[in-house]
Amino acid sequence: MHIPDGFLNIATVATTAAVSTGVVSYAVRTANKKLDEKQIPLFGVTAAFIFAAQMLNFPVFGGTSGHLVGATLAAILLGPWAAVLIMTCVLAVQCLVFQDGGLLALGANVLNMSIIASFVGYYLYQGIAYLGGGDRKGKLVGSFVGAWGAVFVASAACAVELGVSGTSPLSLALPAMAGWHALIGIGEGLITTTVLSLVLATRKDLLQLQKI
Amino acid sequence: MKLKWWHIALIVSLLVALLSPLASGSPDGLEKVGEDKGFIEEAAEPPYELIADYLFPSVENEAAATILAGIIGTVAIFGLTYCAARLLRGRAKNNRSRGLVKKINPPSQTD
Repeated sequence: MHIPDGFLNIATVATTAAVSTGVVSYAVRTANKKLDEKQIPLFGVTAAFIFAAQMLNFPVFGGTSGHLVGATLAAILLGPWAAVLIMTCVLAVQCLVFQDGGLLALGANVLNMSIIASFVGYYLYQGIAYLGGGDRKGKLVGSFVGAWGAVFVASAACAVELGVSGTSPLSLALPAMAGWHALIGIGEGLITTTVLSLVLATRKDLLQLQKI
Repeated sequence: MKLKWWHIALIVSLLVALLSPLASGSPDGLEKVGEDKGFIEEAAEPPYELIADYLFPSVENEAAATILAGIIGTVAIFGLTYCAARLLRGRAKNNRSRGLVKKINPPSQTD
């Protein structure tokens, strides 16, 4: 879902860059107040895992592939503001070093895959885990639905950006993007739930740290 | 040195990077929509290339070039985010103890 340069018009580039800059600087201040010593290695390995997993495109039917976004996983482990920072670091390195996602489109990519995905994923997860009484099953179901919803909503946001940029009319881009990502989101959900169940089985205490 | 949980997590991440040549080469969701709706050609070439397409330049073997790119990226991301978190944590500590620091300042020496 990494938008290259050329897909977005100047107004969309400027708006998304301004919004993302504001939200990311607020995330820095929040992490600054709340980050715990124990969360430092978790912060690093979560980002490293997400980068590596993003390289592993899995096939979706019809000659399409998808890969993990990872925002929901990061948000479940560390909280939504920390997830925003982790995803922004990953997206910035992918853009600057690997030419994945355009330089001018970085603001939009951060808005979709870091900000929108982290918060949608986190609150869907939290809501379902709460309804499930906070037990293991509720958390696992919540992580699947959260991860799926995060990818779905992020792809819709991407379609809106393409639409307002005049690249592809919203009536075409929105159903196409949301449709494909409804499938890709299943992969996102499976990976997120698998990793969460591994963490719950081995280091449950990591989930009890204060969320950022 | 005893292996900590996050050392294992980092090793797992590097193992995932080793699997990267197995990734599907099909277009991703956005590229597929771009092809179907006819706007994929509007993508601009990047102004410079470092490790473009996750292939380390000048390595002939594609799998090796992909693995090299994956390992470099995973290690770089870990280093970057670990140091960023350390810096954020350091600033958090300073903020909390700022009141205290003032009190224990030695009195200025005047003759």
